[in-house]
Amino acid sequence: MTVASDFAEPSEPFRIGMLFNDKRYRSYTLQVITIFVFMLVVGWLVDNVIDNFRELGKEFSISFLWQPASYDINQTLIDYTSRSPHWRAALVGILNTLLIAVLGCIAATILGVIIGVLRLSKNWLVAKLMTVYIESLRNVPVLLWILLASTAFSAILPSPRQAPTLLGGGFVPTNRGFYIPSLVWNEGSLPLAFLFIASLIGAWLFGRWARARQLATGEILPVFWIRLAIIIVPTLLLFFVLGRPIGLSLPELKGFNFQGGLFIRNSFMALWLALSLYTAAFIAENVRAGIQAISKGQTEAAYSLGLPPNRTTNLVILPQALRIIIPPLISQYLNLTKNSSLAIAVGYMDVTGTLGGITLNQTGKEMECILLLMLFYLAISLLISAVMNVYNNSVSLQER
Amino acid sequence: MSNTNTPSTNSVRYVSTKVLPELPAPINTSGPIAWIRANLFATWRDTILTLLFGYFVIYALMALIPWAFLNSVWTADSLRGCRETIVGHSGACFSVVVSRFNQLNFGFYPSTLYWRPILAFVLMFVAFAPLLHENLPRKLLWFSAGYPLLAFWLLWGGSIAGPLMIIAMVVAAFLVGRAVSAAISPTIGLLAAFASMVIWLLFLQSPLTELFAGIIPIGLESVETSKFGGFLLTFIIGVTGIVVSLPIGIVLALGRKSDMPIVKMLCVGFIEFIRGVPLITLLFVASTLLNYFLPPGTNFDLVLRVVIMVTLFAAAYMAEVIRGGLAALPQGQYEAANALGLNYWQGTRLIILPQALKISIPGIVNTFIGLFKDTTLVSIVGLLDPIGIMNPIRSTPEWNGIVWELPIYIGLVFFIFCFTMSRYSMYFERKLDTGHRS
Repeated sequence: MTVASDFAEPSEPFRIGMLFNDKRYRSYTLQVITIFVFMLVVGWLVDNVIDNFRELGKEFSISFLWQPASYDINQTLIDYTSRSPHWRAALVGILNTLLIAVLGCIAATILGVIIGVLRLSKNWLVAKLMTVYIESLRNVPVLLWILLASTAFSAILPSPRQAPTLLGGGFVPTNRGFYIPSLVWNEGSLPLAFLFIASLIGAWLFGRWARARQLATGEILPVFWIRLAIIIVPTLLLFFVLGRPIGLSLPELKGFNFQGGLFIRNSFMALWLALSLYTAAFIAENVRAGIQAISKGQTEAAYSLGLPPNRTTNLVILPQALRIIIPPLISQYLNLTKNSSLAIAVGYMDVTGTLGGITLNQTGKEMECILLLMLFYLAISLLISAVMNVYNNSVSLQER
Repeated sequence: MSNTNTPSTNSVRYVSTKVLPELPAPINTSGPIAWIRANLFATWRDTILTLLFGYFVIYALMALIPWAFLNSVWTADSLRGCRETIVGHSGACFSVVVSRFNQLNFGFYPSTLYWRPILAFVLMFVAFAPLLHENLPRKLLWFSAGYPLLAFWLLWGGSIAGPLMIIAMVVAAFLVGRAVSAAISPTIGLLAAFASMVIWLLFLQSPLTELFAGIIPIGLESVETSKFGGFLLTFIIGVTGIVVSLPIGIVLALGRKSDMPIVKMLCVGFIEFIRGVPLITLLFVASTLLNYFLPPGTNFDLVLRVVIMVTLFAAAYMAEVIRGGLAALPQGQYEAANALGLNYWQGTRLIILPQALKISIPGIVNTFIGLFKDTTLVSIVGLLDPIGIMNPIRSTPEWNGIVWELPIYIGLVFFIFCFTMSRYSMYFERKLDTGHRS
């Protein structure tokens, strides 16, 4: 026998048994079986749906979205009346979901970073307290926190007549909701807004220039303070030159209720507070893990290069820690967005409350409503995942 | 002895001839004072933080301890009764928890039959014990395997024939699977075992159960699922989800890593879909849509529908956790398994999974904890878990206006179980760590 023929493929004739035993054909057999079973199950399900729909005299269509919704929504970011169509109600719900998600993510990130850093503090009391916070928040269901916040607000806070006005009349907690000052845009606020945006761009340009200069000459400017000045000073000057075009409207007690200012419902506050406090506990753990993952040698190396502590943090530790922190952070954002659907428990009208709640009950279109609802959440999730992938690719270690 | 080492009294002024006694370390470098200085007042910033947080802690405790312990009332029969007892102070009214204790824990389960859920709960720990402690006799694993059926029988009651037939089904499926895998191939054997289970459940289970129920007269009083509630329901949904989602998750993770494109695509689609939508929408599917997907006229229990959805939900997350573990294994492990001549299932079972699961323990336990907490969402589709019972209690005339006490009890129970789970996973992780890093 020659060596070559040892390794040659045996030219057996094909047998049926080889479909299962021969590695070359087995995966095809399995996939054919899988797809067959899958089609069978899907076909059975679809067939059942068609049968059920026929039996109930329903038909699958989303034309109900253009019928008048005929229900009110207590918090709307866009114009909406009870005569608006269902799709507009759904849109109001979507915007409310996005509002709570964005505000929740911001608050949770700020809180989470502070708590995560404090948990690593050398101060025993602070570290232990933060541990207690994280463990007690993480190990209790978020729904319980939301309900607790909501009942506590309406049970403990005073009625509008007896409500205290805190912070110089700017903040009034009542059992119906919270009143905060709102901005009043008088004449002349438009140029002010333009100037503010222009100074933001200016500050960004200055940062680029300062970096280029540092690379070229090695000189370091106090970038942070100069940027702050660029943003604040011109806007403030123009603000006074134009005679304070932007004012505050403070809430005032008139009769049984407050007028003026911005009214934030208890349902929103409870949801926002509970979601951010809960998610902050998870983010704090991610932040702690990210910081601890950077070996001590990095700090020591930076010190031995002569970097001062704050520049060590900014230039050496943070960029490396962020690479570890950001992916779980974004998945926490996703969780918060999905958890915001618990709004339905406290009556905040997010998309689950409008499209998946009242619209569903009024029209009886369970299948269509829930499919649309899932589609919305899926789209958000996939969008955020896509953003995360782009980010991960941009910061991942370029291994050579 | 030579005298060279003996110092002469002329050249050296003082030599100690005896060893001095050991003195305690200076008071500011060890002991409580040093600890306080190092850990609480190291810098001026630490001092400010300590004072601030210390003030906060003392203030909170001063408010909390009298409220929760000193002034609290445990025996009144209504909120008014509580308020009459604690005139002038603020105190907790834990009487609500005491008087509704059974409802919070068992829902509307018949009170004469409480021994059954309690027995099932205690036996649950026996069933989990051999999985958690490897020192226990391995024979106990047989009890763990049979526990789900035992618990089912204890909780729902009915004739013992049903659980016995399920055991018969498993045995039959095992025999079929072994015969087929010996004759054709292990993968096909697995499929055949699965298919025989499906066939048994569809066509044989109910006639055989009826037949044997007539022959064997042993049975427990039946309890309808609508009577289940409180933490009983939480544990039924949570524990079923935990136990069933792990194997499904493993299969999905293996499918996602498979080199068969169709299998992979199906697994990825399922995982990403489930992970992309909130659990509440899946529960809506369970409560309103699932009947559309079944033949007209079928109507099965809401609890069972919810359990299925919660399990699928957890399985998708579990799959991602296990995929992480699989991805963390070096490629050499897969190649080594192949080089030893192991087939796919042997290699996976003996080489890949033990290591991958070990790496994923923290993630798996986190998923368990998340699942356990997520069971509270069933209250939104109308099941009476503790949170679902909380609002009806708060709207009764006796307890109208009660705020903190019920959430505190419910939260405490959740905290105890979730915290124990997370601590146990840390311990388990350390124990399984064979120390490749060190």
